Amino acid sequence: MPAADGRTPARRAAPTPCEAKPFMLRFIIRRSLQMIPTLLAVVLIIFVIFSVVPGSFISSLMAEGRNVMNAEVLAHLNEQFGLDKPLPVRLWDYLWGLAHFDLGISYRTREPVWNVIEPRLWPSIKLALTAMAFAAAVGIPLGFLAALKPGSVFDTGTMMLAVSGLSVPEFWLGLLLMYVFALQLGLLPSFGYQPGSIRHIILPAIALGVSPMALLARTTRAGVLDVMNADFVRTARAKGLSEPRLVRAHVTRNVLVLVLTTLGLQIGSLMGQAIVIEKLFSWPGIGSLLVDSVATRDIPVVQGTVIVIVLWFLVINMLVDVAYAAIDPRIKVT
Amino acid sequence: MNGASSDPVLSVRDLTIGVGRSAELLHGVSFDILPGETYGLVGESGSGKSITGLSVMGLLKRPLGVTGGSILFQGEDVLKLGRRARRKLRGDRMAMIFQEPMTALNPLATIGRQIAEMFVVHRGMGWPEARRKAVEALESVRVPSPEERARSYPHQLSGGMRQRVMIAIALACRPDLLIADEPTTALDVTVQAGVLELIAELCKAEGTAVLLVSHDLGVIANMCRRVGVMDRGRLVEEQDTKALFENPLHPYTRGLLAARPRLGSRPVAGRGRLTELDEVVADEERGRDAPTLTTPRGSRLEATA
Repeated sequence: MPAADGRTPARRAAPTPCEAKPFMLRFIIRRSLQMIPTLLAVVLIIFVIFSVVPGSFISSLMAEGRNVMNAEVLAHLNEQFGLDKPLPVRLWDYLWGLAHFDLGISYRTREPVWNVIEPRLWPSIKLALTAMAFAAAVGIPLGFLAALKPGSVFDTGTMMLAVSGLSVPEFWLGLLLMYVFALQLGLLPSFGYQPGSIRHIILPAIALGVSPMALLARTTRAGVLDVMNADFVRTARAKGLSEPRLVRAHVTRNVLVLVLTTLGLQIGSLMGQAIVIEKLFSWPGIGSLLVDSVATRDIPVVQGTVIVIVLWFLVINMLVDVAYAAIDPRIKVT
Repeated sequence: MNGASSDPVLSVRDLTIGVGRSAELLHGVSFDILPGETYGLVGESGSGKSITGLSVMGLLKRPLGVTGGSILFQGEDVLKLGRRARRKLRGDRMAMIFQEPMTALNPLATIGRQIAEMFVVHRGMGWPEARRKAVEALESVRVPSPEERARSYPHQLSGGMRQRVMIAIALACRPDLLIADEPTTALDVTVQAGVLELIAELCKAEGTAVLLVSHDLGVIANMCRRVGVMDRGRLVEEQDTKALFENPLHPYTRGLLAARPRLGSRPVAGRGRLTELDEVVADEERGRDAPTLTTPRGSRLEATA
């Protein structure tokens, strides 16, 4: 029984937390496999939506060129792009390609979709991570400090800022930043992308990072207040620990567990949220590619970008779960 | 320790606790605890036992605060000490065990580390040495395989084991006073006795005085030589334990004793339930000269009858 043999030692090792490493790998593999149904559902939804909405790539071509095409040309083009086939067949073809890591051919550029997406990937990741780094570096300490003196002027002020940050529309904030820092002060470029440039990323990253920053400040504050009221903090006080030591040794890690959830969800959804900001700052990322592709009904590229955005979310979520297990001994990944 | 052995370790004098000046929760409580003595505080929930213990430690949470009186610890009024000096006392000279062993330990730190912290903070040890001492401390509270347990996290231990860990932490620096606030209430009845025995034994060996806060008269009767009975923020009676059980002086104490469930006693005909405290007290107070009355809100009224 080779199959049974392969399983038994793994099961026997399960209760000992010291041997977590091979389980981590198993966990990652299992979670990766679990992503497949999610991706299938996403593909199905996009396919259905674009077959229902009026207009196709051919009609958008016609609108662009403003020339009237005769039915023969239309039929020829439809056939060339495979649009004459029924939906189930197109769906099957697409899934078959996907199973071979082939995202199809872009209608617009006639290139493989991956070649269109790939150069956009790094700018998008860079923007998302920079925005998140800004959000975490500002939001978490603000929330922490606010919670240590609840009810103080600093606390009230920070939370007012946080609520404003959450309610302000991103594009308006982006325009405001452009106006102040690019137009009035002339300190930073207003838009555009240069591969190695830090100056170009500052404004879009701030515009994108303000709402996760506000959210992180609020969750951190709530988390710290929660943990400071915990019984084990009272125990730590009874042990005669100084406040700084108590916060360092007993509060921080416990708060981190709580903040990690928000942090992970935010990083995951940031790539999708970046659409408006990328468009506004002419940032050559996934978001602006998605908008352009929707406008021209370049459905293979739309599908490709949505898959990338969903995949990013799923991978980040998996990493967050791994991080949980690393921080909290009560959580075991299986 | 210092001075004659008859000098009290802890002397609480007219202690008043309140929320600012507006509401008083503890109205002038006084009692002494001698070195090595185990003193019990009994009363219903809300009678002020726990806040008395917390105020001695200096752990009252705002808006609660001491509004009057003094707490003399080894002859020194701790209320006059600065925050730093007070903190140095905590854990080192006086320690506390709480009711809930499930939540009283940090879930993300190992048992060993949480004990070792005591030696690092109060004895200035390095972590490796403190860790070795922590294993010894676990051994002294009779936790099986202490080496391994030191590496465990709280969630891997049972409630009784966790309370033993709490005792190890509390007694790590050999304090002169241990405040045990309902130390066995949250535990399984079968492990209660073991934990109490452990507290009694270790404190006797070290000559540690104990302030045992409990609503469980059985626990008090087994552990303490002297008892204070608290009711609605007052110490209404203080006696030797034996005398208290044989001849309770205060009507409230009589009520408290009558409210005990008794083995083999039959419910009064037509009333198949335990005696409730309020009724007993009301019965006792009727026609007698009760010292004080308290309105349900807790503000004081002097009895006019």
